[in-house]
Amino acid sequence: MSQETLPIGTQQRPSVTRSKDRRSRGRVAPTSGLRPRDRRPGRMLGRIVLWAVLIIGAAAMLIPFLWLVRSALMNDDQILIAPPQWWPNPFAWGNFSGALTAQPFALYFLNTITIEFVVITGTVLTCAVSAFSFSRLRWRGRNVVFGILLTSVMLPYAVTLIPTFIMWSELQALNTFIPLMVPAWFAGAGGGVFNIFLMRQFFLTIPFELDEAAYIDGASPWRVFWTIIMPLSKPVIVVVVIFTFIGVWNDFLGPLLYLSSDNKFTLALGLASFQGQYTAQWGYLMAASTVVILPIILLFFFLQRYFVEGVTLTGVKG
Amino acid sequence: MSAEVTARTRRRLSGLGRVEQRWGWFFALPAIAGFLIFTIGPMIASGVFSLTDWTIGLSPRFIGGRNYHTLIHDHLFWKSLTVTAYYTIGSVPLVLIVGFAIAMLLNQKIKGLSFWRTVYFLPTLVPAIASAVLWIWIFNPDFGLLNALLRGAGLPTSQWIYSERAAIPSLILMSTWGFGNAMVIFLAGLQGIPRQLLEAASIDGAGTWARFRSVTLPFMTPTIFYNLVTGVIATFQVFNQAYVMTQGGPNNATLFYIYYLYTKAFTQGQMGYAAALAWVLFVIVLIVTLLLFRNARSWVYYEMGDAR
Repeated sequence: MSQETLPIGTQQRPSVTRSKDRRSRGRVAPTSGLRPRDRRPGRMLGRIVLWAVLIIGAAAMLIPFLWLVRSALMNDDQILIAPPQWWPNPFAWGNFSGALTAQPFALYFLNTITIEFVVITGTVLTCAVSAFSFSRLRWRGRNVVFGILLTSVMLPYAVTLIPTFIMWSELQALNTFIPLMVPAWFAGAGGGVFNIFLMRQFFLTIPFELDEAAYIDGASPWRVFWTIIMPLSKPVIVVVVIFTFIGVWNDFLGPLLYLSSDNKFTLALGLASFQGQYTAQWGYLMAASTVVILPIILLFFFLQRYFVEGVTLTGVKG
Repeated sequence: MSAEVTARTRRRLSGLGRVEQRWGWFFALPAIAGFLIFTIGPMIASGVFSLTDWTIGLSPRFIGGRNYHTLIHDHLFWKSLTVTAYYTIGSVPLVLIVGFAIAMLLNQKIKGLSFWRTVYFLPTLVPAIASAVLWIWIFNPDFGLLNALLRGAGLPTSQWIYSERAAIPSLILMSTWGFGNAMVIFLAGLQGIPRQLLEAASIDGAGTWARFRSVTLPFMTPTIFYNLVTGVIATFQVFNQAYVMTQGGPNNATLFYIYYLYTKAFTQGQMGYAAALAWVLFVIVLIVTLLLFRNARSWVYYEMGDAR
């Protein structure tokens, strides 16, 4: 949808050759819409500073990752020396098997994926249905209701935390996945309003003639939603899936409050409890952290386009 | 234009109008029910709890505003408020400035743009707990990365999160690592600036700084405002770093508001008092947001007739 914001890295400037001609300054053809490249020495200096800042900044971004991976591949006797070594010698691959068997991370992974599956399905379905209602069905009070729902985006989660906890405790749902899963089936509840907002924005860009034609043919609103709107909305659905996935993967306070026996832990909670028990075992800790980080990074590289589009959508239209 | 036409067509299909009325409510039901069950209901409930002395395991007793009275004299409450405000005031402007600056750089014509963008965005992908565990190690005074670098450069080292004075600045430093989200949003905003306008300014003889000052910056104010509001709301609710990295210490130097609330509610079981804390936070966030919005009128520039 946002064509102009998407291909940040792929924009071609067509007039590079003409810009070598100094005389064309001030008479740039309207179609090119570009500034001729300047070759004064001040410019050169500017470029050098730009590159220097970019490279130093990038190094600052990447060094913590480097530190993570090198520590994950080191034994204690390589880690606990000063000055630090930068290259593992030998590579201590054993940290990974050691960490992953010290606590049942495979089980934590399975738990996380189970929650992910239920939460993502619920969020996408109920948010899409609500967004459909708020964008393409006309009913009295629609915009007022939507406006009220939107206010909950600003609400600090702490205000609802204690009563919600007590509610689940009264319903005997503590130490189950239920408190982590069920809100998703009520259009995400709380943070889910944001997904409704995103989807609604997208639905509004689909031509209304499509619905009209279907209604004239006798289709029900559900049919219009399911066979016309949803198939056309893949881009925004992918964005919501990604955001929801990351949200569940990162969630810590939820599992911390609701899950108490360690065979129910999620990866985030498992990592935190592992950190509590193996305080000084840096090799193990870094290996376990790597395992928690890696899936998100991989997801990013496969779906990079949607990530950027998603973040862009949230900011520009927020 | 076409929306009006469809609206008229719709009114003619009056049977459809009734169908939409019925289905509209029905389809919005998950959202409305969710809002009542998980937002409004708990909000009111926590307001009511805050007027009781409810400790978990005991039956609640109505005590009126006494929790709020206790709160005013609770020095830990004030401490947690100061700590949180300190973090917000340190972290948000830093993240905005760095994010904006790098977005400006990445809005230039440079080689390998998508590579650079990825590099700067990568840290925001790291799950909060993994990030916390990693940074505990980076901050380690004896064998951590930061002190190793400082020692290598012959500079004095620090105790980082283990020192009362350096703890919050350390966490602010850590938060700057994740400026990527703000950056990507800034980048999108920068690409929305009409190129003709920058052209026109340079033709009129405006230098880089003048162009930035009178074209780029005014156009970016809505984006800056968005990042500011979301940043402030998020930093007011920091919890993970306090829980995993510092447990509020040393000597309550990182007693973030939500962490204090959490210990009151779930370690000490004082549900009534914690509910009062939650309501105070709600009011504070509300006031700060309203102030930001009010203040925004004087500096945020909105283009009239925004297409979207």
